Amino acid sequence: MARLKLKEHLINRDWCKGCGICVDFCPKQVLELDSEEKVIAARPEDCICCKLCELRCPDLAIEVLTDQDDKND
Amino acid sequence: MIKMTEKIKFVQGNEACVEGALYAGVDFFAGYPITPSTEIAEVLSKRLPERGGKFIQMEDEIASMCAIIGASLTGHKVMTATSGPGFSLKQEALGYACMAEIPCVIVNVQRGGPSTGNPTHVSQGDINQARWGTHGDHSIIALTASNHQDVFAMTVDAFNLAETYRTPVILLFDEAVGHMREKLIIPEEGEIPRVDRLRTSLGKGVDYHPYLPREDGRLPMSDFGDDHRYNVTGLFHDMWGFPSNNPKVVSGLLHHLNDKIENNVHNITRYKEHFMEDAEYVLISYGASARSAIHIATNRRARGEKMGVLELQSIWPFPEAMIREKCANAKAVLVVEMNMGQVMRHVKAAVDRPENVFLVNRIDGKLITPTDIKSLLRVIQGRGV
Amino acid sequence: MSVKDYIRERYFPHMWCPGCGHGTILNCLLRAVDQLKLDKKDLVMTSGIGCSARISGYVDFHSLHTIHGRALAFATGVKLSKPELKLIVPMGDGDALAIGGNHFIHAARRNIDITAIVMNNRIYGMTGGQYSPLSGPGKKASTAPYSTIDNDFDVVKLATAAGASFVARSTAYHVLETVDVLKKAIQHKGFSVVEILSQCPTHYGRKNKEGNASQMLEIQKNTTAKLGSKALEKNPLLIPRGIFVDNDTPEYCQEYDNVVERAMKGRKA
Repeated sequence: MARLKLKEHLINRDWCKGCGICVDFCPKQVLELDSEEKVIAARPEDCICCKLCELRCPDLAIEVLTDQDDKND
Repeated sequence: MIKMTEKIKFVQGNEACVEGALYAGVDFFAGYPITPSTEIAEVLSKRLPERGGKFIQMEDEIASMCAIIGASLTGHKVMTATSGPGFSLKQEALGYACMAEIPCVIVNVQRGGPSTGNPTHVSQGDINQARWGTHGDHSIIALTASNHQDVFAMTVDAFNLAETYRTPVILLFDEAVGHMREKLIIPEEGEIPRVDRLRTSLGKGVDYHPYLPREDGRLPMSDFGDDHRYNVTGLFHDMWGFPSNNPKVVSGLLHHLNDKIENNVHNITRYKEHFMEDAEYVLISYGASARSAIHIATNRRARGEKMGVLELQSIWPFPEAMIREKCANAKAVLVVEMNMGQVMRHVKAAVDRPENVFLVNRIDGKLITPTDIKSLLRVIQGRGV
Repeated sequence: MSVKDYIRERYFPHMWCPGCGHGTILNCLLRAVDQLKLDKKDLVMTSGIGCSARISGYVDFHSLHTIHGRALAFATGVKLSKPELKLIVPMGDGDALAIGGNHFIHAARRNIDITAIVMNNRIYGMTGGQYSPLSGPGKKASTAPYSTIDNDFDVVKLATAAGASFVARSTAYHVLETVDVLKKAIQHKGFSVVEILSQCPTHYGRKNKEGNASQMLEIQKNTTAKLGSKALEKNPLLIPRGIFVDNDTPEYCQEYDNVVERAMKGRKA
C-alpha cells in the first residue's frame, strides 16, 4: 500500500477535553494543547498518518484525513 | 352423552394460571423454583417449547425478572412466577419495568411470611408490598382470583392490561387457590379478547421517540431488532429514552407513570358481586378467603339475612370509589382476609363510615373458614350494629 | 470517520472525564463493529450501572441501560427470545464481578452467545472512587482510607472456569490489540469475555498516585505482556494479554432450539 499523505487533522474542539493522550503518544510529536487546552496540530508536516491519535482519543475528537480517505468515501 | 374434551380440565390453580397465560399468548417464561409457585414453572417448561415458546430457569429470582424484561423488549409476551421471598428479590427490577414502561406479568402465589415464613401454607400478606414493594412514586396493577375459572380469566386480563398500559402487572394468587384442584373450562378461541401492545407505524428512517406520548396519551412500542433504535433506561429520561435530570422532564415523567394507571382506575377495576343488591352486611374479600365469605353469605341469604359479598379481583389501583358506593348503605362492612388487615385499612379509608368496618382475619397458616366469619358476625351483631 | 455512523452524535461530548480509558474502549469497539460491517439493526447493547455502563446511551444500537450488576440477565432474555440479535454487554469491574458476579458465572456456564466486555478500571468511579473486587490489596480508595486488604481475583481464570468459550484480555493502551480481540469476541459463537484494563485518572489514578491518563497508559504498557512473549517468560509477574480460550462448545440458544424441535415433534396431534 502506498504511503498515506496527510490532508488535515480534523479536530472537534467541542468534544476535545484536553486529556493530552494524543499529544503524549504521537510518535512524531505533531500535536500540542493550545492555551484553551484543546489539541492542535502544531507540526502537521511531520505527521506520518499512523492514525493512532484518532484511535486512542477517548472523545472521538480527532480525525486524520488522508488523500486515501477521499477515494474511499 | 357427556363428552370429555381437552377443554375441560381438573387442575391446580397454578395450572389454571398457566392455561390462562398460554391462552393470552405468553411465549417466554423465566423463573426460579419456589414453593408454592413451582408448578407454574414446571408446566410451562413443558408447554412452552411444544408451541415454539422459550423457557429458562435462571440462576436466581432477580435474574428471572431481568430476563423477562429483556424478552419483552424483543416483542414477546412474558411472565415469571414466584412467592414472598422471591417477590421481595424482584422489587428493584420490577421498578425498572415501571420506569421503562415494559409490559410483563409477575405471578406471586402468596405464602406465610415475613421471610421464609410458612412455605407450604396460605396467607395474603403481600398486598401492600405489591403496591409499594419497589421504591419511588409509581403505580401498579395487581389482580387476584378466588377460583380457577377466574384465575384463568384474570391471567388473560393481566397480559391484556400489561400490553395496554405498558406496565408490569402482578397476579396476587395464594397457596390455597394455587394448590387446590378444581374444574377449569378452557374458553374457545376468541371468547376472551387478546390485547397486543401498540406498535409504532413509523417507517424506517423516520425519527421514532419511544417515550413521546401520542395525542391519546399512549406510547407506541418498537421491538428490538426492528428498524428503530432507541435507549431504554431506569434513569429519568427524555423522549428518546436518553437519561435526563431536567426538572421538567422528571416531573412530567413521574406524573405520566402514575397518572396512566391511577387515572384509569375505572377501566382497570375488576370485581364480582354476590347477593349485593340490598345488602346490610357487606363482606369484602378476595382470593381463597372469598370462597368462605361467599359460602357464609349464601347460607345467610337462604335464611333471609341481607348479607352480600363484594369480591375484589383487582387490588391495585385500589377501587376506592367503587367500594365507597357499594358500602354506602351497609350497616357493617367486614373485610375477610388472611393477613393483619392490609385491605381492611384501605377499605376504612374509602368508606363514609369507617367505624363500621371490621376485620375478620386468620393468620396462622390455615385457610379462613365460614366459622371464623360467623364468630365475628356474632360479636358484631351482638353489639347491635 | 465511518465509526460516527455508529454513535448518537446529539449526546456528545460524552460524560466521561478527560482521559478516561472507557472513551478509548468505546472508540475501539466502534472500530471493531465498523470493520465487521455489522448491521445496526441487529446490534443490542445492554449495560448495568456505572461509568462503563453509560456507554450504551452513546451508541446507535438498540440499547438497554439496566440496573447495577444485572446486564447479563437482561441480555439473556433478549438473546434467548430473539437469537438472531447480536448482544454486546459492556460492564464495569464492580458491575460485572461484585453485584453481577452470579450472573457473570452463569452466563459463562450457559455459554450463551453474548460478548461481555469487562471495562476494568479497578474502582467504582461514578460513585466517587470506592474500591472494587478488582482493586487488589494495598490500594487507596474512598472507602479504604487505610488501604485495601481485599484480594482481587483473575477475571480470565474465573471466566474460563465458569465455561466461557472465548476469553481474552487487553488494555486501553494497546488499542490495535483491543480492536482485534473485540472483533474476534463478537464473531465468536458462544459466551465471549474480554477484559480490558482501563484507566480512571480522576479517582484511582489520583488516590494511588499513578499520574495522569497518559502516565496510567504507560503503566498498562509496562505491567502487561503478550501471551507467549519473551517479556512474559522473563517476568511471569506481568499481566498476560491476548486470547486465553477460544473453543467451539455448544451454544445455549442453539441447544434450546433443539429442545423446541424435539418438544414440537413429540407433541400429540
